[in-house]
This record gives sequence, C-alpha cells and structure tokens, in this order.
Amino acid sequence: MTLWFVFALMTVAAIFAVLWPLGRGNRAANQSLEGQGSETVVYKDQLAEVERDLAAGLIAGPEAEAARIEIGRRLLAAAGVEQASAGQSNVKWRRVAAVLALVGLPLVAIGVYGRLGSPQLHDFPLAERSRAPNMAQSLENLVTQVEQHLEKNPTDGRGWNVLAPVLERLGRYDDAVRAYRNVLTYGGENAERHSDLGEALSAAAGGVVTAEAKSEFERAVALNADEPKANYFLGLAAEQDGRKDDAAKIWRALLAKAPADAPWRPLVQTSLTRVGGGTVAPALSDETLAAAKDMNEGDRSAMVRGMVERLATRLKQNGDDVEGWLRLVRAYLVMGERDKAKAALTDARQAVANDADRLRQLNEGLKTMGLDG
Amino acid sequence: MIAESGHYALVLALALALIQSIVPLIGARLNDAALMNVARSTALAQLLFVGASFTALVTLHVASDFSVANVYENSHSMKPLIYKITGVWGNHEGSMLLWVSILALFGGLVALFGNNLPLSLRAHVLAVQAWVASAFYLFILVTSNPFLRIANPPLEGRDLNPVLQDIGLAVHPPMLYLGYVGFSISFSFAIAALMEGRIDAAWARWVRPWTLMAWIFLTLGIAMGSYWAYYELGWGGWWFWDPVENASLMPWLAGTALLHSALVMEKRNALKVWTILLSILTFSLSLLGTFLVRSGVLTSVHAFASDPTRGVFILLILCVFIGGSLSLYAARASSLKQGGLFAPISREGALVLNNLFLTTACATVLVGTLYPLALEVLTGEKISVGAPFFNLTFGPLFVPLLIAVPFGPLLAWKRGDILGAAQRLIAAGIGALLVLALVWAWTRGGSALAAPAIALAVFVILGSVSDLVERAGLFRVPFGTAMRRARGLPRSAWGTSLAHAGLGVALIGIVCETTWNSEYIGTMKPDDVAKVAGYELKLDGLFQRQGPNFREMIAEFAVSRDGDKVSVMTPSKRSFTTRGSSTTEAALLTSGASQLYVSLGDVTAEGAIAVRIYHKPLVLLIWWGPVLMALGGVLSLSDRRLRVGAPKPARAQQRLQPAE
Repeated sequence: MTLWFVFALMTVAAIFAVLWPLGRGNRAANQSLEGQGSETVVYKDQLAEVERDLAAGLIAGPEAEAARIEIGRRLLAAAGVEQASAGQSNVKWRRVAAVLALVGLPLVAIGVYGRLGSPQLHDFPLAERSRAPNMAQSLENLVTQVEQHLEKNPTDGRGWNVLAPVLERLGRYDDAVRAYRNVLTYGGENAERHSDLGEALSAAAGGVVTAEAKSEFERAVALNADEPKANYFLGLAAEQDGRKDDAAKIWRALLAKAPADAPWRPLVQTSLTRVGGGTVAPALSDETLAAAKDMNEGDRSAMVRGMVERLATRLKQNGDDVEGWLRLVRAYLVMGERDKAKAALTDARQAVANDADRLRQLNEGLKTMGLDG
Repeated sequence: MIAESGHYALVLALALALIQSIVPLIGARLNDAALMNVARSTALAQLLFVGASFTALVTLHVASDFSVANVYENSHSMKPLIYKITGVWGNHEGSMLLWVSILALFGGLVALFGNNLPLSLRAHVLAVQAWVASAFYLFILVTSNPFLRIANPPLEGRDLNPVLQDIGLAVHPPMLYLGYVGFSISFSFAIAALMEGRIDAAWARWVRPWTLMAWIFLTLGIAMGSYWAYYELGWGGWWFWDPVENASLMPWLAGTALLHSALVMEKRNALKVWTILLSILTFSLSLLGTFLVRSGVLTSVHAFASDPTRGVFILLILCVFIGGSLSLYAARASSLKQGGLFAPISREGALVLNNLFLTTACATVLVGTLYPLALEVLTGEKISVGAPFFNLTFGPLFVPLLIAVPFGPLLAWKRGDILGAAQRLIAAGIGALLVLALVWAWTRGGSALAAPAIALAVFVILGSVSDLVERAGLFRVPFGTAMRRARGLPRSAWGTSLAHAGLGVALIGIVCETTWNSEYIGTMKPDDVAKVAGYELKLDGLFQRQGPNFREMIAEFAVSRDGDKVSVMTPSKRSFTTRGSSTTEAALLTSGASQLYVSLGDVTAEGAIAVRIYHKPLVLLIWWGPVLMALGGVLSLSDRRLRVGAPKPARAQQRLQPAE
C-alpha cells in the first residue's frame, strides 16, 4: 500500500511541475518575458566590455573605436527586430496543456509502468537476507555462506575443514584441493589431512593419482603408516603405474591390518581382485612374514601367535566377518594346529548361520583350503 | 520499494520529457510565455526524477539487493563499497541510466541558469533536449531496463567484470559522458537556431562555454581512459586505434573544431552556419560513439553485453537524430543571416584552417573506423584497420596543423600580418632548431622522424609562450610593468597558451615513448635478474595473498640502478572466483615523467613466471598534455568576461599588439 502512496505522490509532483507555470497568470509570465535576456542586452554588455579593456590598456584606442562601431551597428539592427515581439497568451492551448498533464501524464506513467514494473515484489537487500533464518537454504547457499566467511577469515582452519569435504562432494575438486591445502596450512598437518588432499588432487585429475597426489599420500604414510586411505591410494598409484604386484602387496597389507568392520574393506577387496590378487590373502601377509624373517624362531612364532590371538578375540566379539574367520582358519592350518582350525570353523559356522549369503561365502572360501567338513 | 520507486521515477521522467518536447514548441509558435515556461519546470522535474532513479539504483547496488536483475548480474556482496557504487555504471543498463542522468543534469542547468536567454530560444533548446531524452528513456525502459526484478532472488551476485574493478571506473565513464552529453547542449542550441531561423549574439554567448565545458570533460575522460588501459590491460599500450577509442576521439576532434569556430562566432559574429553544422556533427559523432559501443557491433572491453534489439533501437535513434538534424540544416541554413567578413590571413582565417584540418582528421578516423564494419556487413570479409593506416593519414594531417598552431593567436582579428607573426615566432623557431640538433646529437637509434617531431613539439610550446611574452611586453617594457601586464592578461589568453602548450607536451611524450621504449619479455625464476634501460630488477619471490573478493599472486622485484637500491615493485595477478577470470595489476615506478612498468604473465610448470618489463621514457607527458589542455580550458571558462574580438582597423596608424 505504501508503494502506491509513494507513486501517487510522485505523480502529483510531476503534474504540478507542468501546471505551475501554466497557472502563474499572464502578468507574471509577461513580466518574466521582459526580464529575459535579449540580443540588445548582450551588445550593451559588449560595449561596456570594450570600455573596460580600453581603460585597462589591453586594447589600444583605434581598435576599441573599430570594435565600438561594429557592435553599435549590430545593436541597432537587433533593437529593430525586438520591437516587433510582445508576449501573448492563449487560453485554449493552455487548457490543452493542462489536460495533457492531468490525464496524459498519469496514463503514460501507469501504462508504461504497468507493462514493465513488478510492484508486488519487495526489496531484498543483503542485510534483510541474512536476517531471514527460516528460509529454505539449499546446500549451495550454505556453502556460499561458509565461503564468504572464509574469504574474510582465510586463516580459519576449522572452517576450511568443514568446507573441504562438502566441496569435494559437490564435484568442485579444484576448490576442494585449495580448501584442503588451507586446512593443512592453518589447521596443522596430520596423516588424514594429507590423504584427504591427495584424494582431492586425484579427483581433480579425473581419478589419476598424480605425482603431486602421490607425494601427499607418501607424506601421510610417513606420519602414520596405518593410514588406510593413503595406503589404498598408494596401491592405486602402483596399479596405474602398471606395477600390479606392488599394488596387490600394498592392499593385502592394508586388509591384514584393517579392522573387520571397516567400511572400505569391500573396495580394497575388489581392487585386489582386479589386480589379480583375487585369492583371499593369508592371515599373515608376505610382508609381515618377511618382516618376521629377521627375528629368531621364538620371537617370530610369538609374534604370529599374538596376531592370531587378537584376531580370534575380535571374531568372538563380532562374528560377522567372514574374511576374518577364513583368515583365522587358514592361520591355524599354517601353524599346523588342525584342531584349532576345526574349532574356529565351527565357531564361524555358528556365527554366520543366520545369514545365508555369508554362509555360502564361508563355504566357498573353505573349499580352497582343503579342510574337510 | 526502492527498486520499484526508482523504476516509476524513470517512467515519470519519460512522461515529463514527452510533455517537454511538445508543449514549449506550441508555446513558442503562439508566443505564449506560460506555455514556453513549461519547459523550464519540466526540465527541473525531470532532473529530480532521473536523479531519484539513479540514486535508487546506487542504493540497490550498495545494499546488494539481488532481487534486481541488474544488481545480481553485476554485483557481489563481498565487493568493496567503492566498486559497488562504480559498478552501477560498469554495466550496460546502468551506464545508459548515467547517460540520461547527465542529459537531465544539463537540461536542468539550462533551465536554472538560462534566465538571460531569450524565452523562445530557451523553450526551443529545452524541447530539443527533451526529444533526445525521450528517445533514450524509451531505449532504457524497453531494451535495457536496470530495474527488472527476479522473483526468487539468488543469494549471491555474479560480480563485476574484474577488469572494471578499478578506481578508473569511478572517473573515466562519468567524465566521458559529461563530455559526450555536454555536446547535446550545443546540438540543441543549433537545432533551436535552425527552427527559429535566426542566430543572435546571445546564442553565441551561450554555446561557447557549454562546448568548452563538454570539451574539458571529454579531454580528461579520454586521457583517463588511455591511462587506465595503459596500467590495467598489462601490455603497456596507451592507444590502440581501437574502434571504441576512435568513437571517443571523433567527437573530440569535431568538438575541438567547434570550440574554435564558436570562438570566432562569439567574438566576431562570423562563421555562424559552419558553427551550427559543427554542433550537429559533434553531437552526431557522440551518438555514433554510443551506438558503436552500446549496440554490440564491436566486441571490446566496453561492450558489456550485446543484444540485437538494442543495436536496432540505437541505430533508429541515430538515424532519426542525425538524419533529421542534417535535413533541417539543409533546409534552413541558407535562411540564416551571414556574419562578418574577414581577410584570409587573420585570426578568423587561422581558425578556419584549424577547423579544416581537424574535420579532415576526424573524417579519416571515421573512415578508418567504419570501413571495416561496412566491409564486413557487405562482403563478410573481416579486416582490421590498425595503427599503420592512422599513422599514415592522421599523422600528416596533424603536422601542418601543429606548425600553424603558434601563428593563430599572434594574428589580429579581421586582417592579420603573417610576416609580423613569423617575426615574433623567430625565437621559438630557433629554440626548436636547437632542440633538433641536440636530439640528433645525443640519441641513438629509433626513427629518423623522432627528432623533427620533438622539434615541432618544442616549437608549439615555445610558440605559445612567446604569445604570452609578446602580450605582456616582456623584454620591451621594464620587468615590473611586464609582470603587471601579464597578471592583467585575460585568463582566456593564459588558457589558450596552456592548452596549446599541452598539445606540444603530449606530442613529446608520444614520440619519446614510441621511439625509445625498451623492454624485457621473458620468464624469470626467483633470484633471476632482468636488466632494462639501466635498471636491474631481481625477482625476490612469489607470494599469495587473499583480497576481499579475489586472490592474488604477487611477485616482488627489487629494483636497483648502478648497484643502488631504488625501490621494490610488486606487480600481481588477481583471480576472481565468482567470474572465474583474472586481471593483471601492473606495477609502476615513476621517476620524473618516465616510468618503469612490470606486469606478470602465467606461471610455467617449472615455477618460473612470464614477465613483461618496459621502460617508457617521458611516457607521463602523454597524459600531462591533455591535463594541461583541460586546465587551459578551465582557465578560459573561468573568464566571465564577455568576448569581444576588437578588429584591427583597415588603415593602421601605428603598429599595435593584437588584441584579445
């Protein structure tokens, strides 16, 4: 409503601007006509100017005289013309002009504005926008807000930490790389952050683990050798370099150390299958065994036993892990403890009895071990 | 409410302009004072409403109201305040609104200060202004409306073109528009004179100061634009004969001619018909410039957005106004009373010569600008007419003009003495020859034309100084008297000398920059050293920095000369996230009028960076010249006296100084 009130006021002001001179009456108008500048006034001023210049010594006598004659000639001619003109008034045309202002002006204004304007829309300045909390905010709007905050406070490591994964999920890999770099710069470095950066770099390169990305993963592994993401991607790097055996080695080691319920196990498993290490890895990977080579016999078997015990304990608590069971069974077989292997097998069957899929998986796995029934 | 009120105010301005373009003419026909006075109040009301509309748009930009499409497309909430304001005219719609605001401002000024104009002349002038204004209001409302809304406003804007995020945008367009649109006043006066069928002395009294004001702004606007291009675009060029630059140069050349012929008209009541034609041509060229830039016919930094409907609309405006005014001229010019007579060798004659050269130069620029366009339309062939064409045509035209410049002010009105003038220029001529010899002896390399060109420039400067010396009578009368006389000289005389000297100063800058410019272009790694013109620049390193709405990479150069550390230069490359584009920020080191210029290219894979380093001797003179010219214009404008050109009597009884 206020808007229309403002429009009305403005229209009235515009109409007034047209009507005002029309309503000032003849006398005032003619007075103003007489007060107007005219040619004669200009020439008279020019004559005065010549006198002043002459007095100031800027022009000499003969020149001043010549100028005076010329101006005088023009002055006479102009005065003759001006006699003829005098103001008139024409009531009919003034009425027409008044009607034009009163009717035509609002018609044009409303007509044009009606076609182009959007009076139903309110203003929406920035200040009001940030005060509107229950507005449905899309993810992108939130991201925009966080980005704005970070443009102002670029050293806010936590902010970058929040933003980076979101950017990566949105597919803005280059921005994600920048964000992760800032996380490292301002939030301090750790293995996970290096791996995240490496992952974003690979994503930005279309899935290729570039040299730059690889160095990030290597840095991550240097900080924490068990960092799973870094190890996975190092394996991937090896695979992409054509070193499939190395890849398989890295991944096997990763699986061996992995907690049974790690969500990324299937991914690593699939990758391993892809590079031809498809058979399920032994409980103790070659690497572990190689590491154990340097130890004396007793130490080695102690180490192996320790690992197997840990696996067994874990499986007792969480029996869903088919891979884990298979590994345990195989480990017992390798150590020559057939009884224990059979017992583990029974336990495994019990643990996964309720799940047909897992049971089948377990049976499949067992077939390769030559352990009957 | 602000957005819609601004929109409505613009519509009201259109309605008022329509009334203003009809009613005063009827009043003038009937000789009715009240009807003629409608022009005055409507012009003021128009100024009020357009001003309100423009203020509304500025407010919307400052408040980052993205429900307005124009703000959304050209602003960003993170942009610094100054660029939020300048961004208003950093886009097509807003710049057109600025255009009409300035038009309304000039209309308002005529209405406000036009009391000493004959009433019917004022009515005619304001009516013609209203025609132009109506056409452009319609153009804005129909094809380039800055107040269109977005129903579901986005949260963030798309930001202003990064190249425009510079202080230059605050100065260059408003200056240029004040110049372009200022010429609309002399156009309106010319059309009014043709419609009334008479030109009187009041006409001339009015036209010259308005033309001068428009010319001052246009001069500064062009110079500012050139300097901006020089430091922002990153390759150190200051004039490219780009069609858009030509579009501003043409009204300047025609306007300069108009300025001089209006002078003759004001002082001597001669050259009336020619002055009217020049007024029409100058504004027509301004309109042509607007068309070339705004229609999207040309692609350049200035073409913010191209849209065929806009082009057709402006072309229509162009045809109606240029065609209409020239037809009116053809029909009515013969009925105008011819003015005073003068001998070929006289101040008037010199000014006619100036007009001939300037208009011819303007015509060559016009041909060079429009020929490629016409060829492309007709045959589809794309050619570019560049610097060689203009150097070959424009240059030779300016040489005789510059030689003639010092003679003009020394000649007397009506009938002059060329030998006398030449005698008084002997000192200047000798000075120029000395400079010629010195330049030839001292410099090596470069074009053989450089030394004569510099000598010519020195001749122009010394010539304008000798004009002042002559008038003050220095060396002829005692020193104290001469000083008193120099102070007593009309400010317009000082203005003339300054403006003419500015021409010479700019020429020296142009010649030195193009002839002895030295450069280093290559890639540098940290700790590399580049040597240019005696300076040694060592790249200290590259840094990243976060700006308000951009990130920038800064290179730090330690500059030394003969082993002494001079300064540190930090050129940078800024990348703007929202638009996904980047700008180069050149670093400038000024010593005297010369500059060292460093701008950055791309970073190579090995961590080296491409660098362009230029040493430009006396480059700043290129812009000091126009500033001097503008200063001369201001001095001349501040001279509130009437102008009377006292003619030299036919039989001189004694030898006299030329009079002001």
